Amino acid sequence: MTTTAPQLDKNRRKRRGGVLGNTGLYVAVGIAALLFLLPFYLIVRNALSTDQEITGENWKLLPSFQWGNVSELFDDQTVQFGRSLWNSTVVAVLMTVGTLLVCSLAGYGLARIPYKHSNKVFYAVLATLMVPTAVTFVPSFVLVSSLGWVDTYRGLIIPGLFSGFTCFLFRQYFLGFPKELEEAARVDGLGYWGAYWRIVVPNSLNFFAAIATITFISGWNAFLWPLVIGQDPDSWTVQIALSSFMTNQTVNFHLIFMATAVSILPLVFVFLFLQRWLVQGIAQTGIKG
Amino acid sequence: MSTTTTRGVARPAPAKGSPARSRRGLRGNPTVNFWLFTGPFLIGLAIFVIVPIGWSIWLSFFDARYTVTPSHFIGFDNYKQILTNSGFPDSLLTFTVFAAFIVPTTWALSLGLALLVNELRFMRAFFRSVFFLPTAVSYVAAALIWKMSIFSGVRFGLANTVIGWFGADTIAWMSNPTPPWYWLVIVTLRLWIQSGFYMILFLAALQNIPAELYEAAAIDGAKRGWQTFRHITLPQLRATSTAVILLLLIAAYQAFDEFFNIVGQKATWAQTPLMELYKTALGTSQDYGAGSAGAVILSLLICLVTLVQGKFMGFGRGEDSK
Repeated sequence: MTTTAPQLDKNRRKRRGGVLGNTGLYVAVGIAALLFLLPFYLIVRNALSTDQEITGENWKLLPSFQWGNVSELFDDQTVQFGRSLWNSTVVAVLMTVGTLLVCSLAGYGLARIPYKHSNKVFYAVLATLMVPTAVTFVPSFVLVSSLGWVDTYRGLIIPGLFSGFTCFLFRQYFLGFPKELEEAARVDGLGYWGAYWRIVVPNSLNFFAAIATITFISGWNAFLWPLVIGQDPDSWTVQIALSSFMTNQTVNFHLIFMATAVSILPLVFVFLFLQRWLVQGIAQTGIKG
Repeated sequence: MSTTTTRGVARPAPAKGSPARSRRGLRGNPTVNFWLFTGPFLIGLAIFVIVPIGWSIWLSFFDARYTVTPSHFIGFDNYKQILTNSGFPDSLLTFTVFAAFIVPTTWALSLGLALLVNELRFMRAFFRSVFFLPTAVSYVAAALIWKMSIFSGVRFGLANTVIGWFGADTIAWMSNPTPPWYWLVIVTLRLWIQSGFYMILFLAALQNIPAELYEAAAIDGAKRGWQTFRHITLPQLRATSTAVILLLLIAAYQAFDEFFNIVGQKATWAQTPLMELYKTALGTSQDYGAGSAGAVILSLLICLVTLVQGKFMGFGRGEDSK
């Protein structure tokens, strides 16, 4: 890393190092990029190979493109991959919608509605952040099982909706939302509720998109909680299904990798489309807290 | 935007009755609205976050094997048991080793990537996306690729193929604790998934460093490169670095997914604290009391680390770049 000096002004054209330094920079970044893309290549290559190609002695760069692996995966009744894919979709979508709704309202209330104990409530919410959610999975399981929610969508989704951290992020964001817009709405006769839905939300879609992306990804990728809650294979999410393939001797290599590819694909798309807002959102709020 | 506002004038008035009340009535009352907005969240937080925490503390003082409504108070016996008679203390050691590997490496790699990407003129967005993309991949999927393809212990695994070209013998990467090659597997996996996210944070912070600082340094004769990095960039990134290190530590404490899927819960090595809690509370013994005691200890440790680090590195002091 000889060219580590930060280039701050994006528009500044003058550069040190000239052609040589530039080439070195791009070679370094290129090598790093190849390493980062390697696992993606391996998934696709293995997903479209036969088992013999995957386990063969000689490394084959390109697979034989076995597109039949896709239908084989979904036709396999013992694996039930379609079912877990559906479960993951339901869980991730409902979690995203629910989290956005509940946490954004609370974040707005804490940031913008003048109430004399507002700060106390906010500190109480912050205090819950001290206990990491993953650590409380034992008592949460206890609670959810006594509600009879084991193996249900309710059990998978609802306990995860009330994220103090997401509420905190929304509060920070709304603190910076231009007051004039809301004041105009209030003058026009809208209450807090009306101003929120007609003015604040439509003007905050970028930030909502960022939080939605993060929530969707973490809902889709969650492992520990679905593992605890999903005792019956019918309620397994994709992650639990993948995990079971790894220890299950009966599932073939090419099906395992095809399942992995299918499980990652939707996320990669969501991610590529929404990452602009995600990057913006991260830069906007910072993550300190 | 203005159309939204004008529509707003027409609509809510007939829907909710007298428009004259809008300032003073329920719709404009701050207290009512505060609870209307925050109520659903606070109720959920109380039920699904605060109650489990309280319940857990309560359970940790009772003999709660196979039951979550125990009646036999046993004081600190659960704490004694989990600290002496289980794999939990070992798992805390595992975490320490793991954190010692993963925190500095992720910090360095994400900062390095940010510095590189920040220098790029062309294809900057492309490279940023490439490094950021693994954030979307689950630990389970990554564990699968690492375990069954890259670090597969047999001949056809990618790592073994590569070292085979140099004449080295096949290595059983994960099935053998000595030498501990499994750390290489685990650490590279986590590096791959999380570095891109922290790179984004560093990128945002880098762009917020005032350019005048570098100009002043150039006038003073500082050489671009190591000198400016050491005396300007690094100090300016202090707040972000602190936040990143803290987040990394907390995340390392809670490691579960990749250990569970790569090492497995039957192995005698590399068991994380959460895996031990999982086995204690939800395994065959179903000891909710001891499991809760472990959860309490782990939470206290995480709080302690947070506070100590805040003390030493000035976390939240607000001299942040943003």
